[in-house]
Amino acid sequence: MKLLYILTPLAPLIGAIAAGFFGKTLGRVNSHRITIAGVAIAFALSLIALMKNLSGDGAVFNETIYTWMVSGNIKFEVGFLVDRLTVVMMTVVTSVSLMVHIYTIGYMHDDPGYQRFFSYISLFTFAMLMLVMANNFMQLFFGWEAVGLVSYLLIGFWYKKPTAIFANLKAFLVNRVGDFGFLLGIAAVLMYTGSLNYTEVFDAAPALVGKTMELIPGAGWSVLTVTCICLFIGAMGKSAQIPLHVWLPDSMEGPTPISALIHAATMVTAGIFMVSRMSPLFELSETALSFVIVIGSLTALLMGLVGIVQNDIKRVVAYSTLSQLGYMTVALGASAYSAAIFHLMTHAFFKALLFLAAGSVIIGMHHEQDIRKMGGLKKYMPVTYWTSLIGTLALIGFPGFSGYFSKDAIIEAVHESQITGSGFAYICVLLGVFITAFYSFRMFFLVFHGEERMDQHTKDHLHESPSVVTVPLILLAIPSVILGALTIGSMLFGGYFGDAIYVAPAHDVIEKVGQHYHGPLSFVLHGFKTPALYLAFAGTLAAWFIYLKRPDIADWFANRFSFIHKLLDNKYGFDDFNQKVFAGGSLQIADKLWNVGDVKLIDGMMVNGSAGKVGTLSALVRTIQTGYLYHYAFAMIIGLLAMLSVFIFTT
Amino acid sequence: MPILSIIIWLTIIGGLAVLFVGDQRCRPIALAVSVVAFLFSLPLYFGFDKNTAEMQFVENVAWLPSFDINYALGVDGIAMPLILLTTFINIIVVISAWEVIKDKPAMYLASFLIMTGFMVGVFAATDAILFYIFFEATLIPMFLIIGIWGGPRRVYATIKFFLYTFLGSVFMLVALIYLYTQADSFSIAAFHQVPLASGAQTLIFFAFFVAFAVKIPMWPVHTWLPDAHVEAPTAGSAVLAAIMLKMGGYGFLRFSLPVVPDASQQLAWLMILLSLIAVVYIGFVALAQIDMKKLIAYSSISHMGFVTLGMFIVFGALDNTVEGDVTDHAALGIEGAMVQMISHGFISAAMFLCVGVIYDRMHSRLISDYGGVANTMPVFAAFMVFFAMANAGLPGTSGFVGEFMVILASFKANFWFAFLAATTLILGAAYTLWMIKRVVFGEIANEKVAALTDVTRREKFMLGLLAAMVLFFGLWPQPLVDVMHASVANLVQHVTISKL
Repeated sequence: MKLLYILTPLAPLIGAIAAGFFGKTLGRVNSHRITIAGVAIAFALSLIALMKNLSGDGAVFNETIYTWMVSGNIKFEVGFLVDRLTVVMMTVVTSVSLMVHIYTIGYMHDDPGYQRFFSYISLFTFAMLMLVMANNFMQLFFGWEAVGLVSYLLIGFWYKKPTAIFANLKAFLVNRVGDFGFLLGIAAVLMYTGSLNYTEVFDAAPALVGKTMELIPGAGWSVLTVTCICLFIGAMGKSAQIPLHVWLPDSMEGPTPISALIHAATMVTAGIFMVSRMSPLFELSETALSFVIVIGSLTALLMGLVGIVQNDIKRVVAYSTLSQLGYMTVALGASAYSAAIFHLMTHAFFKALLFLAAGSVIIGMHHEQDIRKMGGLKKYMPVTYWTSLIGTLALIGFPGFSGYFSKDAIIEAVHESQITGSGFAYICVLLGVFITAFYSFRMFFLVFHGEERMDQHTKDHLHESPSVVTVPLILLAIPSVILGALTIGSMLFGGYFGDAIYVAPAHDVIEKVGQHYHGPLSFVLHGFKTPALYLAFAGTLAAWFIYLKRPDIADWFANRFSFIHKLLDNKYGFDDFNQKVFAGGSLQIADKLWNVGDVKLIDGMMVNGSAGKVGTLSALVRTIQTGYLYHYAFAMIIGLLAMLSVFIFTT
Repeated sequence: MPILSIIIWLTIIGGLAVLFVGDQRCRPIALAVSVVAFLFSLPLYFGFDKNTAEMQFVENVAWLPSFDINYALGVDGIAMPLILLTTFINIIVVISAWEVIKDKPAMYLASFLIMTGFMVGVFAATDAILFYIFFEATLIPMFLIIGIWGGPRRVYATIKFFLYTFLGSVFMLVALIYLYTQADSFSIAAFHQVPLASGAQTLIFFAFFVAFAVKIPMWPVHTWLPDAHVEAPTAGSAVLAAIMLKMGGYGFLRFSLPVVPDASQQLAWLMILLSLIAVVYIGFVALAQIDMKKLIAYSSISHMGFVTLGMFIVFGALDNTVEGDVTDHAALGIEGAMVQMISHGFISAAMFLCVGVIYDRMHSRLISDYGGVANTMPVFAAFMVFFAMANAGLPGTSGFVGEFMVILASFKANFWFAFLAATTLILGAAYTLWMIKRVVFGEIANEKVAALTDVTRREKFMLGLLAAMVLFFGLWPQPLVDVMHASVANLVQHVTISKL
């Protein structure tokens, strides 16, 4: 088993090294072959791991691979923990990655950085696997930052594009803000439990209940709350929660395959995974859970609203991703970790599908991304059309599609939750359903239906994408439809996760939701009694009416309520604020510290100043040293006289 | 076999030999000397007994017996890694100068070889006077290197460099002589044992502080470093950052902490304060730089903040016991500081060499003269981005290890220490990667950039060697940390015992 688990992340790593260092020698075809083979091996091994886990024994693998370092009797190790949570993540990561690898052959066909791109995405797969398979906090942090690195490299893949290199720096720095909190969280874990190993930490955690630390003298803070919030700040960076979400829309400057793989399906869900993994800690702090649920619901609602006014096809999907990540975070806050992971899984497939479909549209449109210049693509791109429809239906939670089960489970769970903030969260996620349906179908209608607004040249060249593009779409469409119905029974209500996720009995909302669960069909039927379904229909209908029947309404609304439109168009001003206050402010502080602190005060006054003073003093002394004998004789006489007078007058 | 003496005198005599063979044939001989010296330093690692804190590979010859001054050498787990770093960087330096230095190459290489000998002497000396002599002697070759092969403001820079560091070490000499009067010996080990009154400890602490704080350098006595770096030739910057700064850090570990533990404890707050200022303040200052070398110089100072922080956090970490062994976090801090020194040796040298590579082609250090270097120098760009990431402390590179350890350790002393130290995650990434964005990425900025040629095989080899080290210790720091345990544990034990 150990060998199998070691080989899983290693296979893509070898592919990445081969394509990265020997890409030129290998050539384009061999480079993609070798990387795809690596990921395919990882996928196959993940499936084996999944089967092993499902086939009953479900023995948790938890072993050290090597000792990274021992310092001060604290062990830092690299090791794997493969339990039921891990295998889900492994399978999702490797399968989506495999699809994206294949798709890339078509999408990046003419790019001069072909080998480099394959190397990066394989490297990403390796890093992501290391992240999800970690059995300790340090390795988690390793994977965490490594996926951030690859994300940085891939957003800036077209390094000539000014917007791309702006976006990748921004992404890295915003993520670093999150990692800053994450690292402090890890330090807290080490200090209070004396270990970084998951099992040991989780075993020691209950003893910390009631323990306080003083951040500000006099005020005791619960150790667990501080730790969990610090850790969650890390998740906020990686999983793009308000206010650290600002990097994700800009990350769309990268090539579309990585938007699908990294910025929709896998990396951005690392935060969700991490909090689920830390459930034994988070369960012990209701304050932290409330914090999580409020941040999640704000993200779910506010980011969905921005999605309505976006015109770039990829940015609409990006805001939809933000909003869906908000849903997952809400689930975490409601202690419905399994629902969060369930939604993470279904979302990975349908969102990757939507992104790749968007990519297919972009290829067809010759790299035009503005949906206002599209329309009526249905007849030109049938496969893209139908797969997009499936993805969209899954996203809005159409009954029976995979997204329906996962999203509905979250909404039901929040409804049952008693945690502070869950009432607010319930309203947000319900409104979010309407908004999701609205912006999703707005985009869908504007792209595929209605009048053809592109120019003649583009129209003449419109055709369906090649099969390396469409086959992954079809392969991703299948789980987007059926995965939810297939797995909801076992994954949510069948106790699939076992000990991998811990939920305190008082918080166990999934258990309450599960009391009404009698198979997927009845779950769908039950949905007809809840507001969520009708809100989704209403959103779809509204989108249809406004964007296909009466396009003038949208304009009228934008003019009539221009302040709302402006607010959304400015994305609530987060970007401007950060740019002015954080980026601009830092540069100003930097400039002041440098010019005033270092140049003027330290160098000017203290260093060269004291050198200058020595100079002045010696210049002064020098004037007395005239070299004329009579001056010295005169000075001696005066001195003698002075001494004599002192002697006389004092006695 | 007196390995330490061999390394020291091989490089010094080898340096003199290089001087004599002249400019034509100096390069291969210098390379041979540096490689042999490095090979001789390898047994220090592989023959090292990591279970003891005692000095190893000791040599002791009476020198001035009337004052109990000895030619005494030896290494423990703190000195040994630094010696290996020194001899390793020496090879890189010789390679880096190969075609680049056309003006008096023999003198140039000889200066570096002799300096290497002196620097190894600093780390190997177990006699205070011998230490002092080596410590001061390193100034001379560096003075020449900056003064002869430096940039346009080299005179200002050398005088500033010399006065600063010389002034610092004068106070140290006074302290050493006072300690001799108390211990009746110049052996550093005797200094460790001699009891000292509180007032004397404070004075000695400050005397050492001035010497080592200038050297490492700490805020606010750091301003000589950016000037020296900017004016120094590439290899001079590399050695200055990689090795010479470490003499300050080493001094704190060898003298300040064990000789005056009580004063160190009382004044730890000051050291921590200055370290955190270095991390945060200097991090911001680095952001404002328009000159690549200056930026890296400030980044060095900021990284050295972690070294001093890790060392003086010891007392806080000892006080604040929660779980586990009392000394766990204290040892973590000191070992973190050590790892940070070694790692910074590789990374800062690599960063300066990277700047050297493009400086040799463009003759400009200004960020604004660059842009889009990746278009014309893809391999170089890959190296530069890699080292930048290491500089920003990315896990998997050695740059992460030391910072990680120090942050973990300082959390135990105080949440806010860790908080401020961890800002380097953001600041370090900001100034390093912003520079990368402006220099490496983007459209080709001008014709000069368009005419750039990618790294030569020599440059690739040199950067590749450093990259391998950075990656190796990032993925597996155990071989490095392992040899320090006994010595660090001994040190932690030692500082907990009052000398009053």
